[in-house]
Amino acid sequence: MIAFVVRRLFQAVIVMFVISLLSFSIQDNLGDPLRELVGQSVSEEERQALRDELGLNDPFLTQYLRFVGNALEGDLGTSYFFKEPALDVILNKLPATLELVFGATLIIILLSVPLGVYSAINPRSWFSKTVMGMSIVGISIPVFLTAIMAIYLFSVELNWLPSYGRGETVPVFGSWETGFLTKDGLLHLLLPCASLASIMLPLFIRLIRSEMMEVLESEYVKYAWAKGLSPLRIWFLHALKNTMLPVITVGGVQIGTMVAYTILTETVFQWPGMGFLFLEAVNRVDTPLIVAYLIVVGAIFVITNTLVDLIYGLVNPTVKLAGKKS
Amino acid sequence: MNKFSTLMAGAALTLGLSLGAQAATLKMAYDADPVSLDPHEQLSGGTLQLSHMVFDPLVRWNKELGFDPRLAESWERIDDKTVRFKLRRGVKFHSGNELTAEDVRWTYDRLVTSPDFKGIFAAFEGVKVVDDYTFDLVTKEPYPLVLHSATYIFPMDSKFYTGTDEKGEPKDRLVKHGDSYASSHLSGTGPYVVKSREQGVKVEFERFDGYWDTTSPGNVDEIVLTPIKEAPTRVAALLSGDVDFIAPVPPTDHKRIESSSNVDLVTMPGTRVITFQMNQERRPEFKDVRVRQAIVHAINNEGIVKKIMRGFATPAAQQGPEGYAGYKAELKPRYDLAKAKQLMKEAGYEDGFSITMMAPNNRYVNDDKIAQAAASMLAKINIKVDLKTMPKAQYWPEFDARAADMMMIGWHADTEDSANFSEFLTLCPNAESGAGQYNSGNYCNPKVDELVKAAGSETDPAKRAAMLQEVEQILYDDAAFVPLHWQNLAWAANKKVKVEPILNVMNFPYLGDLVIEE
Repeated sequence: MIAFVVRRLFQAVIVMFVISLLSFSIQDNLGDPLRELVGQSVSEEERQALRDELGLNDPFLTQYLRFVGNALEGDLGTSYFFKEPALDVILNKLPATLELVFGATLIIILLSVPLGVYSAINPRSWFSKTVMGMSIVGISIPVFLTAIMAIYLFSVELNWLPSYGRGETVPVFGSWETGFLTKDGLLHLLLPCASLASIMLPLFIRLIRSEMMEVLESEYVKYAWAKGLSPLRIWFLHALKNTMLPVITVGGVQIGTMVAYTILTETVFQWPGMGFLFLEAVNRVDTPLIVAYLIVVGAIFVITNTLVDLIYGLVNPTVKLAGKKS
Repeated sequence: MNKFSTLMAGAALTLGLSLGAQAATLKMAYDADPVSLDPHEQLSGGTLQLSHMVFDPLVRWNKELGFDPRLAESWERIDDKTVRFKLRRGVKFHSGNELTAEDVRWTYDRLVTSPDFKGIFAAFEGVKVVDDYTFDLVTKEPYPLVLHSATYIFPMDSKFYTGTDEKGEPKDRLVKHGDSYASSHLSGTGPYVVKSREQGVKVEFERFDGYWDTTSPGNVDEIVLTPIKEAPTRVAALLSGDVDFIAPVPPTDHKRIESSSNVDLVTMPGTRVITFQMNQERRPEFKDVRVRQAIVHAINNEGIVKKIMRGFATPAAQQGPEGYAGYKAELKPRYDLAKAKQLMKEAGYEDGFSITMMAPNNRYVNDDKIAQAAASMLAKINIKVDLKTMPKAQYWPEFDARAADMMMIGWHADTEDSANFSEFLTLCPNAESGAGQYNSGNYCNPKVDELVKAAGSETDPAKRAAMLQEVEQILYDDAAFVPLHWQNLAWAANKKVKVEPILNVMNFPYLGDLVIEE
């Protein structure tokens, strides 16, 4: 167990090193940050002077080594736009994104499990067919469109829900402000979370349904029926547990996709999270912020995948963790 | 004393309120929020919009492109190179300090150290303080644009910005990147003070209770500015009542807003011209005026305005828009395909040739679609266009490298004056003097240079206008560039928010004077 975590930590460091090298080497192709820092009529000379001041004219290796040196001391550079350490800017925006992802995950779990299980048990009912039909539609509509349509329906036409932002938030601890504890905050969460969930939800319903149908055909379930166990016990205790194994695997991989989709969702809803921040940073060629974001997201990937592997072991004790002596 | 003045201000405010409408809160959404609270950090629309809220300029533009006195009460030219200004008395900064001519001098001296703003003041010698309420703006040569430039002088509170902050840095330090005292603290004379600011999320403003302009009809005592980047979301926020005022409004949403019963759409012809430049150094063909004329005649810019811009632009045939000194009404768009073909034939290029073209895809309204349309129009005179569009961040380095035969460039004159277009776009490029910095076409006509230079020191408005109009005529005859259109401006607001009177073509809403009816 400990060996496993240590090995993963080591991998994480390598991953982040590679990410930093990659993002650092593409930054020249992202555009000229000076253009975003100064007005259009500023002379080329002035811009060169600023470039020198920022150290952008140094050779690549010098710049990169300087970056690594600072990074080892916990300094990932200063955002050109926010004028604050890039890491601080991102960590400030992290809670908003995590709450969005958490809300969406909650919706996915609460809906996909009952819907998936129901349509596996009653594959021929009209309700199952409707769910399956809807999931095809859901999976085919881009999140951008879902979000815009939701805004027009629920905010403009019906006027039930707010159209943008996080609404009222209350501090929990440190700089973490949550929208989950106020009515206004919850109302603001609803549309963005539902939009973000709309991409994953159909996938999980279908996944749970097909896995569940397979498990229901297996020998041990037939045996349980023969034993005369109650249907609820068979479906939700025996069958569902084995259904969840592949779901967790896919879920772990999909967290990454989810982070990618927060960029779109946050942009549409003007959600002050780090996905929106990233898109803006790319537009503004705020390279320190871009590099820092990629490293933080890299870290999130490694952490969630490690957690998934650990949970996997808990759900199915026969699974061996890589690195664990057998 | 301080208490007394607050009391007086309070009394004045109460009086103002009892005469006007009730105090109100304005929730507004722009596409971005101000980069910094330092008015000298970046020359951009966002910075100037903020400056008009928290500072006041010496003079400001009115709707007729004339000047209204603000902190400068009156002015007179006392000799060729000097304009004397009288400062308004009894004006208080947010900090409680009183505005004097010394603050103007201090602000000017800081302003000219800003890489962004120093260009506007290149012709100036400096500010000379005569007494507490009198100062002179002195120029190196006779200069016609003294008042134009004075709209950029927003006096800052010199006492407030003097000294060192907790990090030991001078408070007046001007930093383009990185933190500074002035980028997060401010004291101006403007109608609003910044109550709180979370960059990229929102800025809250509160009416300054000691504001000098007690005759202002404005009744908004609180403003919440939220940046909403996505245009559809911004429009939805307005339609759903989450915000009261938005800008900009994309052309695609005009119909929807006009058809809504509780919001108003306000549009105005703008001043930013969109053009293509034809690089004569890369393409010998472009050295031939007939080829350039053929291209201008082949591109149907009125069609582009109608179809792509949905009427939300004004077709252009010259650089400066109507209302500017050099505007010549006789110059009309000249789309004529038959003539274009004829010109190509005369020039010996009946069979055409291939060129490269570049345009940004997120800088100007519909920029990439305009470029695609232009490319297909040029195909009709057998010019095959290899078009590449890219985000602005990547476009500007390409533009600086003059990387394509035809490149798109839009321009807005910081001085709101015709000569500025030529200085950057059509003068002979000269790396030393900085002339023609954005002239990627390498168009060069000494006569144009001469006229623009002469106009730069001609203080008789009529003579100067004649010179600048001649410039436009030469550029037109030379087909120096392909004029497309001037982008229009649009704002939308809830019907009870009376935005129309405070809007102008510079896109500086004078929010201090905004009235919200209940």
